[in-house]
Amino acid sequence: MTERHHHEAFRLARKADVLGLRANLISAIRRFFDDHGFLEIDTPVRLPSPAPEEHIEALPSGEWFLQTSPELCMKRLLAAGYPHIYQICKCFRKDERGALHLPEFTLLEWYVAGFDYLRLMDQCRHLIETVMAPFAPGRKLAWRQNAVDLSPPWKTMTVADAFSNYAPLPLQEALQKELFDDILTEFVEPHLGLDRPVFLFDYPSELSALARIRPGRPPVAERFELYIGGMELANGFSELTDAHEQRRRFEDALARRAEKGFSPYAMPEKFLDALPAMPDSAGVAVGVDRLVMLAAGADRIDEVVAFAPEDL
Amino acid sequence: MYTASDLRKGLRLKIDGDPYVITEFNFVKPGKGQALYRTKLKNMINGNQFERTFRSVDVFEPADLREKKMQFLYKEGDKFCFMDNETYEQVYLTEEQVDDAVNYMTDNIEVEILLFEDRPIGLSLPNFVELVVTEAEPWAKGDTVSGATKPVKVQTGATVLVPTFVSEGEKIRIDTRTGEYLTRVKS
Repeated sequence: MTERHHHEAFRLARKADVLGLRANLISAIRRFFDDHGFLEIDTPVRLPSPAPEEHIEALPSGEWFLQTSPELCMKRLLAAGYPHIYQICKCFRKDERGALHLPEFTLLEWYVAGFDYLRLMDQCRHLIETVMAPFAPGRKLAWRQNAVDLSPPWKTMTVADAFSNYAPLPLQEALQKELFDDILTEFVEPHLGLDRPVFLFDYPSELSALARIRPGRPPVAERFELYIGGMELANGFSELTDAHEQRRRFEDALARRAEKGFSPYAMPEKFLDALPAMPDSAGVAVGVDRLVMLAAGADRIDEVVAFAPEDL
Repeated sequence: MYTASDLRKGLRLKIDGDPYVITEFNFVKPGKGQALYRTKLKNMINGNQFERTFRSVDVFEPADLREKKMQFLYKEGDKFCFMDNETYEQVYLTEEQVDDAVNYMTDNIEVEILLFEDRPIGLSLPNFVELVVTEAEPWAKGDTVSGATKPVKVQTGATVLVPTFVSEGEKIRIDTRTGEYLTRVKS
């Protein structure tokens, strides 16, 4: 046995507990969806055209791309009459690497025909409460010096309220100055979900490529994100079903990507063809690695996978 | 040129004409939002530090830095003079640039001079140096508490904490990165 192999074996042996926990958690997720009448599906990871989003970079794979999420194929299934579907899959996002990011990560995504984002928020809470129960004795989840109480009801807060509560400037001003992400990550996120999980909801309409917009002053996207212990865990919304509006948003995103010199994506025409047949529905994606981090008390995402890119 | 995805702790960049080193690095990105590269940067010439957040569209110039082995010759006023033993080229560093390294610099010691665009801006010492103790309290017999230390003066004028049994005239090895005593050296 070489010195290097010995080191590797030791590194992986120390992960036995967390890898076991990860496997149990994923089994519990499958059980939850099986119990609720969902169909587990499996869509291709290589795609000719990823969803055109301004800030998500797809990795090329031959002439195609690796998926950044399974969203478009899953919605084509919804449109074809599959009303309750879920998937646990690998997604790939170029250059995303940090304490909470891996360029290849595991996503849980599910869709429910007939739901809006509020009903889906409730189901999301139910899922996480159920699968996290074995790791939260007395319903208290210990993570990064926080004891997060998972018992319902969970908190909800609009994005506008979160900015007036925690940010040094109001939401509209942050948007005008193109500082939304800066302020959100520096001033808002660190306060979210420290004692109880928080759903942040009603996002600025311009920040939601595929969500339904509710008219109003200002109009808002029916979108939510779940935070536990200051960490973003899930993103969901009422789905946009208007194909014209969807095409216009994709064109905008592609134009902004072109301005910044990001790689061009082809318009996902088959998805747009299917969209008019899609029923009103809601869908959400949950970062499985981050869920394992919470269950295992891990500070870094590297701790919850057998191999980070640097180990390969 | 570097792009934002090259940023990491320890990377050296040229910003507004000066060399900077990244001392802290954090990648932050809301799922649907922009990637933010939060850094703490230290100016390698004047030591000033500041925080700066970069975005994926930013590009950076690498800092042209290299190290060169040179010998310490002498100090004159507040200038330290070093010489390349192969080319006999001489360079000068100020007291500020030499900083704490002065505590471990004996005549003729070999150091690495750090050059930014061929201008000397600092130096790095060998990890270990050997220095003679020039002033030390005598060892009180019976002082046998293990781990007890006392301050002594070494030939450079610096003060080092050593075990109580070390006496004047002895040579000791010191780790220049921590300033800690390691062992006595038989001369």
